[in-house]
Amino acid sequence: MAKKHLFDDPGNVKRLLRAIYVICAVLVSLDLLSLRYGLHAWESLPGFYALYGFIGCSALVLIAREMRKFLMRKEDYYDDE
Amino acid sequence: MMMSSLHPFTIFLIGGILAALAPRRWGGIIVLLTPAIGMVNLLAMDPGAEWRLDFLDYRLDLFRADKLALLFGYLFHIAVFIGALFALHLRDRVQQTAALLYGGSTIGAVFAGDLIVFFLFWEIAAVASVFLIWARRTERALAAGMRYLIIQVVSGLLFFAGALLYIQETGSIAFDYIGLDGPASWLILIALGIKCGFPLVHNWLTDAYPEATPTGTVFLSALTTKLAVYALARAYPGTELLVYIGAVMTVFPIFYAVIENDLRRVLCYSMINQVGFMVAGIGIGTALALNGAVSTAFAHVIYKILLFMSMGAVLHVTGRINGSELGGLYKSMPMTTTFCIVGAASISAFPLFSGFVTKAMIMTAALEEGYGGVWLMLLFAAAGVFHHAGIKIPYFAFFAHDAGIRTGEPPLNMRAAMAIGAVLCIAIGVYPAALYALLPFPVDYEPYTISHVLAQTQLLFFGALAFIWLNLSGLYPPELKSLNIDVEWLYRRAAPRLAMAVGEIIGRADRAARRAVLDGLDAAILTVRCYCGPDGILARSRSTGAATLWVAVLLGISLVIYYARG
Repeated sequence: MAKKHLFDDPGNVKRLLRAIYVICAVLVSLDLLSLRYGLHAWESLPGFYALYGFIGCSALVLIAREMRKFLMRKEDYYDDE
Repeated sequence: MMMSSLHPFTIFLIGGILAALAPRRWGGIIVLLTPAIGMVNLLAMDPGAEWRLDFLDYRLDLFRADKLALLFGYLFHIAVFIGALFALHLRDRVQQTAALLYGGSTIGAVFAGDLIVFFLFWEIAAVASVFLIWARRTERALAAGMRYLIIQVVSGLLFFAGALLYIQETGSIAFDYIGLDGPASWLILIALGIKCGFPLVHNWLTDAYPEATPTGTVFLSALTTKLAVYALARAYPGTELLVYIGAVMTVFPIFYAVIENDLRRVLCYSMINQVGFMVAGIGIGTALALNGAVSTAFAHVIYKILLFMSMGAVLHVTGRINGSELGGLYKSMPMTTTFCIVGAASISAFPLFSGFVTKAMIMTAALEEGYGGVWLMLLFAAAGVFHHAGIKIPYFAFFAHDAGIRTGEPPLNMRAAMAIGAVLCIAIGVYPAALYALLPFPVDYEPYTISHVLAQTQLLFFGALAFIWLNLSGLYPPELKSLNIDVEWLYRRAAPRLAMAVGEIIGRADRAARRAVLDGLDAAILTVRCYCGPDGILARSRSTGAATLWVAVLLGISLVIYYARG
């Protein structure tokens, strides 16, 4: 029997994800205390960084996914030089 | 020249010669000791020391050690030391000699006080560095190294042409503020821009670095681009164009990084993104922005070599580097995994890691100077860095699906090198004052405010949340055995194809012209043949009888005409 590792147990993966969800919830609710200030007008909007991070990263991946359609080639594309 | 210490390059030159000649088993130690001795020498040196050399009509200035030069000088010594420790197990004279000459000449360029000395060191660095790519000794590496060298040489030529024009215009060879004014300054900027990885001329980096040896990439990633950043900070601070170039550099490579399969190439794209932050900071040009750019360069070199070392370690022990072939390595390489995560946290600018205390200065400076749009781009890129370098690299190499690879940790020297890198990343993040004291301008910036910590953790954790969501919903693009075409497609595919097409057209025209001439000649020959050939009318032989008959007929006719007239 091979050694069991940390993430071989789906329960641990779930626990990690749940921890991240909780941290996210706490972080964004801290914005209600208006602890943040900034030079840019949008910076003082509650949840700005959270929203920007989430939308930014999602857009990045979804656009990159589409870019594959015209950028991706076989691994040996240049091998016949 | 009345110095007890040596010029920084001299030590590396001696080390390089020794590494080339000494028995193989000493090579690693020589490469390790050289930057250590160099660092001691540099620390003991009087920054006001002068090394002058008369050459033709000029007094060359081999040593100018202001704060900016010293910071990069220390940084490159540290980087070469860590790289040397990582490569200690090698028995390869080519790589060892190349690494020392490359490191030494890069340091020499940093301390160069004039354009001529800078150019000479810059060229030695270009030539020495290519051997770290060729030392992989594969056909791909050989070809990639050749393309790399050609582009480095082009950059060198542009710099040389620009420097000559500039010296002619100003009458001075000093390497100081140049600013964007006139063709000479443009040539120098483009030359530096190529080495920085400006958009459209960035491709040599993503093409060649991933083909270098596992240890060679560590040196490459630390030196060339950051020497160019140093030169930009010296010659073009406050050049507004750089703000926009830098902003574009931070954004476009991260899309490539998301879909790239070769994890070292992912790091190369992320490097362009990071250098973009520095370039933008130099372009903004205020004291805060320049401090930000220079300190980011410092932190970046350490966390980037840490990341390249962790990937080099993976390549070293598994022989694989594609995300599609890796996964689950945390089980057999827990230390390497930890070091990689420290590098990932640093590049992502998590609080208490080095990126957090440096990059933010550039962001703040962008807002202070009213670059709101640029700030939004940089912020997007900062979230994107976390996504592709902070999450993707560790996730696909060490976690994700278990690729079934059961191996061990890399050799002790590799682990030690990564440990030093990791400790430095955390040390800078926890105690930034030490780095701030080295910066060219007095630092009036406090990274650890509640506002900054909260904003950055929100950005990062929600970036992570996006990753989780995309992964669980199956929207995240899987790692695929593939390559993505970039600008190199223009010179590796389009240009050859265009040349072929043009050649084809010329060939066809040529064939048609030849055909036409030949056809004409054929027709002429045929005509001549028709009359004069063996069966031609002019060459036909007649019997004597027929001839006599015709003569008689002609005589008869002439007789008739004669009588008729008479």
